[in-house]
Amino acid sequence: MPQPVDIRLTVNGQAREGRCEPRKLLVDFLREELGLTGTHIGCEHGICGACTIFYNGEAARSCLMFAVQAEGAELITVEGLAKGEELHPMQQAFHEHHALQCGFCTPGMLIAALDYLKINPDPSEDEIREGISAVLCRCTGYVNIVKAVKAGAAAMRREAGQPDP
Amino acid sequence: MSEGRAPHIGRSLLRREDRRLLTGRGQFIADLELPRMLHAAFVRSPVAHARIRAVDLSVAAAVPGVALALGGAHLVQELPPLPDTQLSLPSKWTSHVEHEFHNPQQPGLAHDKVRHVGEAIAVIVAESRYAAEDAAALVSLDLDALPAVVSAEAALAPNAPLIHDHLRTNMFGAFSITKGNVNSAMAGAPHRLQRRFYHHRYAAMPIECRGVAALYEPRTDAITIWSATQVVHWVRREVAAILGMPEARVRCVALDVGGGFGVKGHVYPEDLVIPFLARRLGRPVRWIEDRHEHLLSAAHSRDQLHEVEAGFDDDGRILALRDKFILDCGAWNPIGGGVPYNTAAHLAGPYKIENLAVSARTAATNKVPNTAYRGAGRPEAVFAMERIIDLVAGELGLEPAEVRRRNMIRPDAMPYRAGILYRDGEPIVYDSGNYPAGLQQALDAIGGVEAFRRRQREMRREGRYLGLGIGCYVEGTGVGPFEGATVRIDPSGRVYVSSGASSQGQGMETIFAQIVADAWRVAPDDVVITLADTAAIPAGSGTFASRSTVTLSAAIHHASERVREKAFAIAGNLLECAPDDLELRDGGVGVVGVPGATVSLAKVAQAARPGWDHGRPPGIDAGLEETRYWEPQTVTWSYAAHAAIVDVDPETGRVAIDKYVIAHDCGVVVNPLLVEGQIAGGTAQGIGGVLLEELPYDSEGQLLAGSLADYLVPTAGDVPDMTMVHQHTPSPLTRLGFPGGGAGGGVARPAALANAICDALSPFGVEFNQTPIKPEQIVKAVRPARPSPRPSPRARGEGGTRAAGG
Amino acid sequence: MKPAKFDYYRPGTIDEAVVILERYEGDARVLAGGQSLVPMMNFRLATPAAIVDLNHIPRLSDIAAADGVVRIGAMARQRQIEFAPLVAERLPLLHEALRWVGHLPTRTRGTIGGSIANADPAAEIPMVLQVLGGEVVVRDLQGGRRIGAPDLFLGPLTTSLEPSEIITEVRFPVMPPGTAFAIEEFARRKGDFAIAAIAAVLVPEGERCRVARLATAGVGPVPVRLREAEAILEERGLGEAAVGAAAEKAAELVEPMSDHNASADYRRHLTGVLTRRAVLKAIKDHQHAATG
Repeated sequence: MPQPVDIRLTVNGQAREGRCEPRKLLVDFLREELGLTGTHIGCEHGICGACTIFYNGEAARSCLMFAVQAEGAELITVEGLAKGEELHPMQQAFHEHHALQCGFCTPGMLIAALDYLKINPDPSEDEIREGISAVLCRCTGYVNIVKAVKAGAAAMRREAGQPDP
Repeated sequence: MSEGRAPHIGRSLLRREDRRLLTGRGQFIADLELPRMLHAAFVRSPVAHARIRAVDLSVAAAVPGVALALGGAHLVQELPPLPDTQLSLPSKWTSHVEHEFHNPQQPGLAHDKVRHVGEAIAVIVAESRYAAEDAAALVSLDLDALPAVVSAEAALAPNAPLIHDHLRTNMFGAFSITKGNVNSAMAGAPHRLQRRFYHHRYAAMPIECRGVAALYEPRTDAITIWSATQVVHWVRREVAAILGMPEARVRCVALDVGGGFGVKGHVYPEDLVIPFLARRLGRPVRWIEDRHEHLLSAAHSRDQLHEVEAGFDDDGRILALRDKFILDCGAWNPIGGGVPYNTAAHLAGPYKIENLAVSARTAATNKVPNTAYRGAGRPEAVFAMERIIDLVAGELGLEPAEVRRRNMIRPDAMPYRAGILYRDGEPIVYDSGNYPAGLQQALDAIGGVEAFRRRQREMRREGRYLGLGIGCYVEGTGVGPFEGATVRIDPSGRVYVSSGASSQGQGMETIFAQIVADAWRVAPDDVVITLADTAAIPAGSGTFASRSTVTLSAAIHHASERVREKAFAIAGNLLECAPDDLELRDGGVGVVGVPGATVSLAKVAQAARPGWDHGRPPGIDAGLEETRYWEPQTVTWSYAAHAAIVDVDPETGRVAIDKYVIAHDCGVVVNPLLVEGQIAGGTAQGIGGVLLEELPYDSEGQLLAGSLADYLVPTAGDVPDMTMVHQHTPSPLTRLGFPGGGAGGGVARPAALANAICDALSPFGVEFNQTPIKPEQIVKAVRPARPSPRPSPRARGEGGTRAAGG
Repeated sequence: MKPAKFDYYRPGTIDEAVVILERYEGDARVLAGGQSLVPMMNFRLATPAAIVDLNHIPRLSDIAAADGVVRIGAMARQRQIEFAPLVAERLPLLHEALRWVGHLPTRTRGTIGGSIANADPAAEIPMVLQVLGGEVVVRDLQGGRRIGAPDLFLGPLTTSLEPSEIITEVRFPVMPPGTAFAIEEFARRKGDFAIAAIAAVLVPEGERCRVARLATAGVGPVPVRLREAEAILEERGLGEAAVGAAAEKAAELVEPMSDHNASADYRRHLTGVLTRRAVLKAIKDHQHAATG
């Protein structure tokens, strides 16, 4: 019968370890064994996107992975976006544009948006809509999230030294 | 962000809630860790209707890690259900409105029968949720299946199988209201039309499901409950009653809540079972609902079937309106008649209808119970009324906007007595608003009707079908019975406010900080808000029905007045002047016209303390705190007009929303940014309700939407950009002029979209009088008919195909 | 819900993986991307006694082309394939199809082999395999075999793979330069499984059509080629009448299922509409590309 497995991985730049059954979902492992409750569970069937994290640099749904699969991986969760008290430009943009209400989808939304910007750093509003359709929000109607992602993307490009078009 | 002296009401302050939520430091119920906490999982009925013969928990109980396996038969002995208590209607209403209601109390776990798929039959408590589910899978149920009742009409037919045998009926409730004389007005009307409208079953579907945790403290014989709820005081009251504990020993707190929209607005069996288990086991117990459970056991909504008859004249003026409707309530009726009565009260909307008769029946069926969701009965009313207006326009060959204008209550008729009662028992009086102007604003914002009609004709020549739809509504907001606020000046000088209101994303911490900052002339950062905690205030109603801003601001003001009087008396004592010479300024109290003569609120609070060497003048008691309960006389009325332009692809049936405009009047707005956010969210929910979301049941009572793969919540790709225009007619009824604003978009969206789709497809002569309106239905409706070369002449009810629900 | 217990294996080679599968006699499942398997396990609809994790087996996600064949390792992520220049160049239809597959975060993990083995009737990748005439390379204890698309998909969620066979590679013939192609899909929301989808691949020659390939998703138990509709285009060319006739024939050819998402009738209707649209789009895009 399944024995607990040791897992060593990097989360938000820090070496972490934990121990759990093979069936333990990665999202539960993050929340319970590692105490990182910022990543939320909305459905457990990979549809709502609230559980989205960065797995080796790409967004993935942590409710559809087992913790054991993250052995040796580098993860970034919402807790790893800010630098101390300084918000990530995308978090700041969400704040300024009122892109969150209850905040439950927000961690997943931030990660999914940032992931989308990796493949399309200067998206149009329609492209943003398509990009963030990976995560469900029930409160905002997405209008302000689209504005925030546009502004956040611009802020990130400025930080990276790219001129605005 | 502290903003100095400027008034804060009316400004789009950024939210103080954001930082923790953005950085993953919010605390939702699933984030709550308690030492030695156990985890619960419920065993839920796989069938819709059955007698429970036996529940065998023996194998489950023996699973390692299981602390307890409990079935309904045992629970009902230890925790007998309360008598019918959930329903509360004021006597002003019950003595005037013809009605009948039954409200059987749902036990914590089903013990005699199961009445819907998903109803809880047993609970397992174990060291982890994983282990609890392992054990739950080993529970064996011996159920005698009974025929399932899956339609409200079938439920009310003679000899229908009874859901609640002791009631001898499946009719949970009925009421009727009348105004004027419908029979004679209808008989005398030059034109009449009749239609059936069906507004289907869908639900709030917040991204956070439900959750309850409880901790029993033997030292004090007290219990704390954390619940993702909108109604902490209600939960506290019922837990205290059912556990036989004084309310003072029961505390209920809502932490961060991930969306409510009504579905978290009443007391569920789990809210009672989990605290019971915590006390029984002597260890904290937590239950987190998963999405599948949520679909099967958290309340559904809408699901109303209306038979409407309208009598009207040649000008399209509605002379008489009769509506008989049935609400499919599911297996239990936890919030009684509130929702259907809202439907009746809002049916006439912004229109002058002198003769009105509405009768409603609420039917029990073998489905998940039906309660309030964003709008709570209003969208159903608006759908029926707004479709009727368009149908009247169609019969007469008039523009729907024009028929609305002809029927609307004019601004000079305000305040307008509608002639029926609200559910608080008070006569409905629309206090303020300019409905025609709001409609015009919406139409202007989409570019005007004439310009649209030109574009529509051009597009039709190219084989493209654009449509314009309008939805107008009024909303009674800020309903009682009451809301409370405690205002206290903290010795640090901050203003502390607590209330039973709770936030599920509406930004109340920010809104109330703005209100209090203005009331006390302090910076918003110097306001401390505690919400959703029964320990912070003895009584509260909770957040639902767009009520919190209105009612709580009034309560804050009344409490503040009393505290201010005291503060001035004490400050006067400290400054050696008359209280009348004082004013609030800059976080303190100062002498009018003498800039230097101030004393800080901190000093005043310290001086207010009991004990030796206090700073109070004689006759002034210690303490600088007041709790006041505001019992609103009645509701205030906000108003909105929605206009939508859709592009319908008749080959696939896809509906694209080309433009969407909301003209909204909710009076004085505390924080425009937050109000717009509410409108946008409500609008997205309305789109989902019309085009995407459904909770269909098969003939055996199985719910066919078991996951979010089936229940289609709109994504960003499904919700267009929106244009919002605002009117700000202050309500004369509320202290600060705030009507309530929350339900916003959700109420009118289904109607506006349905009207737009019908308008787009008018060459095909189709009508859509039920929701959802799905692509397949559109294709079916247009396929047999070929579009006529000219737009159909809007024949008088004859000819054309009536597609669905007609 | 939480998944039931299972034994977990992380083999370092395909051979090891196959041995484990054999040992469990059908009660073990391979874990590739997990985007289809894990939701089923979370619902406890799938409760395998063992999971064989393929994610640590090296060299299973290479993408290469030689001798007119593009070879993609079965564990290549959909996202990886989406952004592979070789695929954009040699298999532009596959590149296009991936835009419709779920969402970017699901494509991060989802694999091409996993999608094909899952054989969801409404999935886009199996449709592409059919229309391009691809095949899979499969390994088992005895060695291996190759299975072409027509012999692979047997029914909804059912392939001709044995329980202890593992797909190691997916192969497609390179699409010749100048091939016209398009996908038209109808889903309730972007990213959802197709209610109906058509993939069209054409080799136009002036007004004529030298080669026409049409395949479906969502309108039958398996993705199928619409050979009689293809024949109409190959015989009659790409004019309006021929395209219309091919679309009508396509609608006749399919055997859709009715479910609570859509009726058979509606799926059949969409087949005709989407066939016409796909062919017209393929022609139009091709003309644009040609004129630069």
